Amino acid sequence: MATIQFDNLGHSYHPHPSRPEDYALRRLSQEWEDGKAYALLGPSGCGKSTLLNIISGLLVPSEGRVLFDGLDVTRCTPEERNIAQVFQFPVIYDTMTVYENLAFPLRNRKVPAADVDRRVRQVAEALDLTADLKKRAQRLTPDAKQKISMGRGLVRSDVAAILFDEPLTVIDPHTKWILRRKLRQIHEEYRLTMIYVTHDQVEALTFADKVAVMYEGAMVQLGTPQELFENPQHTFVGYFIGSPGINLMPCTLGNDHALVDGIPIPLPDRAVPAVGGKFELGIRPEFLELTRSGNAGAIPVQVTGVDDLGTSKLATVRLGSHTLKARLSEEQEIPALDAAIRFPTRWTKLYRDSHLVG
Amino acid sequence: MSKAAVLAPGSLSAPANIRRSSARVSNRTIVLVCYIVFLMLPIYWMVNMSFKTNEEILSGLTLYPHNPTLRNYAVIFTDPSWYSGYINSIYYVTLNTIISLTVALPAAYAFSRYRFIGDKHVFFWLLTNKMAPPAVFLLPFFQLYQTVGLFDTHIAVALAHCLFNVPLAVWILEGFMSGVPREIDEMAYIDGYSFPRFFGTVFLPMIRAGVGVTAFFCFMFSWVELLLARTLTSVDAKPIAATMTRTVSASGMDWGLLAAAGVLTILPGALVIWFVRNYIAKGFALGRV
Amino acid sequence: MDKVQDNRAWFLIIPVFLIVAFSAVIPLMTVVNYSVQEIFGPGQTFFVGTEWFSAVLADERLHDALVRQIVYSLAVLAIEIPLGILIALGMPGGRSAKTSLTLVLLALPLLIPFNVVGTIWQIFGRGDIGLLGATFRAIGIDYNYTNNSVHAWLTVLVMDVWHWTSLVALLCYAGLQSIPPAFYQAAKIDGASKWAVFRYIQLPKMRGVLIIAVLLRFMDSFMIYTEPFVLTGGGPGNSTTFLSQYLTQMAVGQFDIGKAAAFSIVYFLIVLLFSFIFYTIITRTGEGEKK
Repeated sequence: MATIQFDNLGHSYHPHPSRPEDYALRRLSQEWEDGKAYALLGPSGCGKSTLLNIISGLLVPSEGRVLFDGLDVTRCTPEERNIAQVFQFPVIYDTMTVYENLAFPLRNRKVPAADVDRRVRQVAEALDLTADLKKRAQRLTPDAKQKISMGRGLVRSDVAAILFDEPLTVIDPHTKWILRRKLRQIHEEYRLTMIYVTHDQVEALTFADKVAVMYEGAMVQLGTPQELFENPQHTFVGYFIGSPGINLMPCTLGNDHALVDGIPIPLPDRAVPAVGGKFELGIRPEFLELTRSGNAGAIPVQVTGVDDLGTSKLATVRLGSHTLKARLSEEQEIPALDAAIRFPTRWTKLYRDSHLVG
Repeated sequence: MSKAAVLAPGSLSAPANIRRSSARVSNRTIVLVCYIVFLMLPIYWMVNMSFKTNEEILSGLTLYPHNPTLRNYAVIFTDPSWYSGYINSIYYVTLNTIISLTVALPAAYAFSRYRFIGDKHVFFWLLTNKMAPPAVFLLPFFQLYQTVGLFDTHIAVALAHCLFNVPLAVWILEGFMSGVPREIDEMAYIDGYSFPRFFGTVFLPMIRAGVGVTAFFCFMFSWVELLLARTLTSVDAKPIAATMTRTVSASGMDWGLLAAAGVLTILPGALVIWFVRNYIAKGFALGRV
Repeated sequence: MDKVQDNRAWFLIIPVFLIVAFSAVIPLMTVVNYSVQEIFGPGQTFFVGTEWFSAVLADERLHDALVRQIVYSLAVLAIEIPLGILIALGMPGGRSAKTSLTLVLLALPLLIPFNVVGTIWQIFGRGDIGLLGATFRAIGIDYNYTNNSVHAWLTVLVMDVWHWTSLVALLCYAGLQSIPPAFYQAAKIDGASKWAVFRYIQLPKMRGVLIIAVLLRFMDSFMIYTEPFVLTGGGPGNSTTFLSQYLTQMAVGQFDIGKAAAFSIVYFLIVLLFSFIFYTIITRTGEGEKK
């Protein structure tokens, strides 16, 4: 187990990077607690795999340091750091049985046979692989093979962290959830630091205690799933998390309101930032209220469409030149002519140059 | 930052070997270098000899020509009985490559895209032709080609070499073709391509690495084969290999000339492989293996 | 891929079929024909059934040649396969000038006409004008491949190794290159030694190419003719006369056509049989491989 610390960490594949765009991973300083489940979430090319490989030791960063429990491991190999990694496709030793696969890391470290046996059986039990121990690893299904990959990390009782690089990529959709649940169980049981890279928000949000959303090499927010949902620090977080993502409208600022296409939206009790920049107003469809015009604070809109999703409804409305979405309960009535929306202050976010300011 | 900071008890294991071994030359590299030296030695020796006069060759061993001469090469380039051998060889090898590719392409396509009666059996039968000892065919070929009046022609050797080159070509091409999804074919038909047009403008470019690899192997196996080539020719289409062996049996051996002739037979192969070196690396990875 | 059932595909196969039929089937039929007949003169043939085959199977010199051939092929395999693997392990990867140069140099022996291979070694091994021969002389070894059977055998073997090991190496190299780096990374994380990496990752993943290499080398070495013929002419005596040369002697030298024809068929069947055996052994040991 280890706390992981990033000290001014950055990585560029260019020999002499000059602009932020040259960096695959932009300057990052953070501390991650021991024993938690972290997810690195983001689209392709956002730097999450780069960061993962730096943590595991497969990549040496061009700048900064990585520390485990306060010790500088930046130049240490994965073996020296006691890391385990599960890759996108199952990496197993074809010619060995499941038992031998799991025992391999221990035998390489000259652990006594009795201990090896005990550990292997323990881990196999935890992963539901006990019945398969004698089988050739090559014959198993992909999800079982990924479990073996994971198991090889778990057998080492002193493993610092287990890293997962999009491990469900080759798994059938209908088995994915079984494996996800198993990962969660393992985390509960072993309380290891687990770091999970994915581009799938459902995987990240169900797996992790804390999710780090990454975008263009930068970590734009690190928080619990709830924090990411309710208080996105960056427009990208708002857009990427949630389905559909956050509604965003460019706006200008007045005294205690914002102006969207000239339409005032009340923003009471908010410190208005004085300096310039590009401002955007954001609110998630889940929090946008649909009501009748005439009610307090209601802004008239035109309803252009309604999607019935079974358990909820998604209404599309027009405000000025912008299209917004609002998620409504199944029973809620949608006024045809005099529809209006309300922006509850608590959930209405103000962004300057994509960053949350209020 | 120091390595010592890493060697702490607890969650971090003590590294077994901190020293990075990449700075040292590994044993495997030494083996490779030794092997390459082993490969180059006999060739170097022949090149060495090709630039010497026969007097120097017979008078003692010298590691480089003390009196270098171009006479051996000059003889080959000016004497028709010598240079025609090269021309003949290149001619029938090229013919064979063209023929093999031309017949193998449609066949490979059929094997790759379709099931039909006897498909597995035909494929297997094709491969067994590569297991036929060429020596078995000496006499029959001789008689067959004499009967059809093709004895001592380039086309005879080209056709004879098809025995082992066509199965190989079909095998390699089928492997590459199977890597192209059927959907591409279907889309082309929907777009209104006729089969020949589809094959020529859409399909072939996609497998050009495979075509390159196949052409290379056809060229190689045909160029190096002597037994059948010599059996089926006498004067008009005599390959260079046959000319060389005739020289060997003559008394008063012209070593320098022989060496030069040998060097010149290596050149075409060396050139071809130099030009396709990138395809080979790619082709190996993408193809049958 | 999903193949479509369509017998019209035969039209695409016909050119291949015709060419191979011309090159293979017709000559083979001729051979079969000769193998069961005695020819006294033009137009005077006499059916003799299996007489030639009995003669072939009883031929002592044939037995000797067969034994020599088997020993030769096994020796070739025993040296070239491990050596090829070893070389492949040492070859640089990736796209670089080093890699290209290595590939070209390694491939060079494969592109030399077979008789020139024989000539190269003929020259190289001579005591008077060859570097190898002269070196042996200089250090006191009486090396002579023309009148010493052991020397002749060794020279022929070394020549074959020189000629063909690169093929094994290149095939194994292709197999190695297709291993995703993740496997090496996982092995590093598991603390595996270099030998363990070879035994548990590299060797299993090379199985496909090794099968091809073994089959190709076995078949080609079993049918070898030109190189040893140019080098030693089959001598001294019979010591380096392998099957193809013996067959050629019989057919062309002695003009013993009937017997040669019967021998040809037996020869072909032997190659097919051994290839089948090898193939079955290799694909049975180890698991059934996924395509």
